[in-house]
Amino acid sequence: MKTTVAPPQTEQPPAPAPAQGLSVGSFFRQDLGQIPVAAALIVMALYFNATTDNLFLSSRNLNFLTIQSCVVATVGLGAIMVLLLGEIDLSLAVVANLCGAVMCLLSVNAHFPWWLAILSGLFAGLVVGVINGIVVALLRVPSFIVTLAASLGYQGLLLHILYPNTTLIITDPNLKGIAASYLPDYLGIGLPVLAVAVYAGYIIFTRVQRQRMGLSVPPIWQTALSIGLPVLLVGLVLWQFENYLGVPLMVALVVGLIALFWVILRFTTFGRHIYAIGGNAEASRRAGINVNYLRIVVFGLASMLAAAAGIFQSSRSADADAAVSPTLLLQAIAAAVIGGVSLFGGRGSAWAVVMGTLIIAGLENGLDLKSGGTDTKFMVEGVVLILAVIIDALIRRRSTAAGR
Amino acid sequence: MEPILQLHGINKTFGAVQALRNVDFEVYPHEVVGLVGDNGAGKSTLIKIIAGVYTPDSGDYLVDNKKVSVTRPQDATNLGIETVYQDLALCDNLDVVSNLFLGREETAGRTPFLNSSDMERRTLDVLRQLDVKIRSVHVPVSALSGGQRQSIAVAKTILRNARIVILDEPTAALGVAQTRQVLNLIKRLRDQGLGVVVISHNLADVFEVVDRVIVMRLGRRVASFDIKSTTTEQVVAAITGAEFGETLNGSSGLNAPVGSVPATTTSDQSGNGNNQA
Repeated sequence: MKTTVAPPQTEQPPAPAPAQGLSVGSFFRQDLGQIPVAAALIVMALYFNATTDNLFLSSRNLNFLTIQSCVVATVGLGAIMVLLLGEIDLSLAVVANLCGAVMCLLSVNAHFPWWLAILSGLFAGLVVGVINGIVVALLRVPSFIVTLAASLGYQGLLLHILYPNTTLIITDPNLKGIAASYLPDYLGIGLPVLAVAVYAGYIIFTRVQRQRMGLSVPPIWQTALSIGLPVLLVGLVLWQFENYLGVPLMVALVVGLIALFWVILRFTTFGRHIYAIGGNAEASRRAGINVNYLRIVVFGLASMLAAAAGIFQSSRSADADAAVSPTLLLQAIAAAVIGGVSLFGGRGSAWAVVMGTLIIAGLENGLDLKSGGTDTKFMVEGVVLILAVIIDALIRRRSTAAGR
Repeated sequence: MEPILQLHGINKTFGAVQALRNVDFEVYPHEVVGLVGDNGAGKSTLIKIIAGVYTPDSGDYLVDNKKVSVTRPQDATNLGIETVYQDLALCDNLDVVSNLFLGREETAGRTPFLNSSDMERRTLDVLRQLDVKIRSVHVPVSALSGGQRQSIAVAKTILRNARIVILDEPTAALGVAQTRQVLNLIKRLRDQGLGVVVISHNLADVFEVVDRVIVMRLGRRVASFDIKSTTTEQVVAAITGAEFGETLNGSSGLNAPVGSVPATTTSDQSGNGNNQA
């Protein structure tokens, strides 16, 4: 006779859904990259600060550091858009220089007013990006090879439009002013305070609304933390800026762009569809999403962001240059990946670029302060990038394993 | 009771191959229909015609006794006929709510902004209605079990107001407990008045859940059995062509010699049709 064992329960007992929604955990995962990246950033900052007689974390150096980060961060934001789709764009750095050159040429030779020159530069970015996107989406050529070829072609175009020179000095004070000016205090402090207030209002509104609809809400301390943490961070950053010359205009523009694209990616149908395509393009197509159209738009937006970076770059150096920085593209993609954006598509946040860029630019800046040579810088950056990619691959392996 | 969906005299040829010959098909409300047959019997072609992926060469497609034209997948969807393919078409990186509303997200008024709270409330409603238990609707679907993922794919069709849900091999690659979950889900769909079509190689599952089983063989519909008065052997015989016993549409002209394949071929009952020559 057998002893009867209770058969394993086939149905899971009904479990109440635990508090979810805007939890701190999901906040960090989705919007600020992983906590380990933040920890690495803090460790790095403390190390450089300790070894440079508190020079690294001085308000003056942090001011320089953020201005140095702007170009990489903006190209990186463009790279994120494309990476989320599960594609890649290797032409972004060349597009940046090309569009910077378009702006400079129109300003210097055609005497365009500064705002029209900027708009033309951005439009040029949109056009070349849409061309890339059309070849990728409609002709089904892998984006890797399309954008690699495109970067060669655009490099040629860049040399051609600047010919016979290789640089073009800009004179318009407004164009030079983008990188050199600081916001007046009422804007420099007012805008971030307003942005944080809107964000806090949204969090509280959502909480009240969810409560009214009978949905689960996170414990009150989590809500408080998800408001308090950004308030603290923004306050800290503003305090550092105000200790020196105030908020640099270019930094404000870059942060504004990141916030704008974060809102688009996180809160709109368009953004949701970009993540969906990165996760499963075929399922998205079957769900009625116009995948090809979205791919073209995203490539266009990414190149437009690269164009903005090119404008920042030209403004900073006060010229257009036919020589494209050899590290800009890699640093931009590295910034995205270090910040937690997956190379395989569908995972990551626009804010990832902040963490990633600060690590990349922080390494450069810190090693500069320690008088480290380019050799050390490249090796350290290479190792950091490889680590980030390994982590990305491990996360992906774990999540596909969980899916089966 | 009137059938929701009827197909009459469907023919479909791919080059020299006649995939479907004069096939009839019907689904009633409150009914689970099993569609069985060996590989190459025409099940997939038939399902794709119902789903609007293929257009038949000839034959009628009727919904609520009215002739309709279904030439694109959207046509079928608009008529309330939803198909869940084996790959489930889920975005693994998105959470349950995002997957359920993929492509038809609710927005706040006419703005492009997502109305997350409303979508979550409706998600919870649908999951409760189908008695699907999930730890949280905010986890990415890659973190869910196979049965839960199947349930999410089905819930997606319910959100779109499906009247007929077609499930392609819903229990393939699922464990015992997971299979149970999915079979219970199918029963609940029926209890709510939907017509359900289940394509399966697993006769044990078919007998557990369906009310009527339709057997395809070499592009023809060879039999339709009421499950209560049928044995596995009869169904297997119809699948393999070794016909005996009663068939409801005996006019379909079976030319296979009786007994050419033993009716008790165990490889058929094992639910794995892939080892058939």
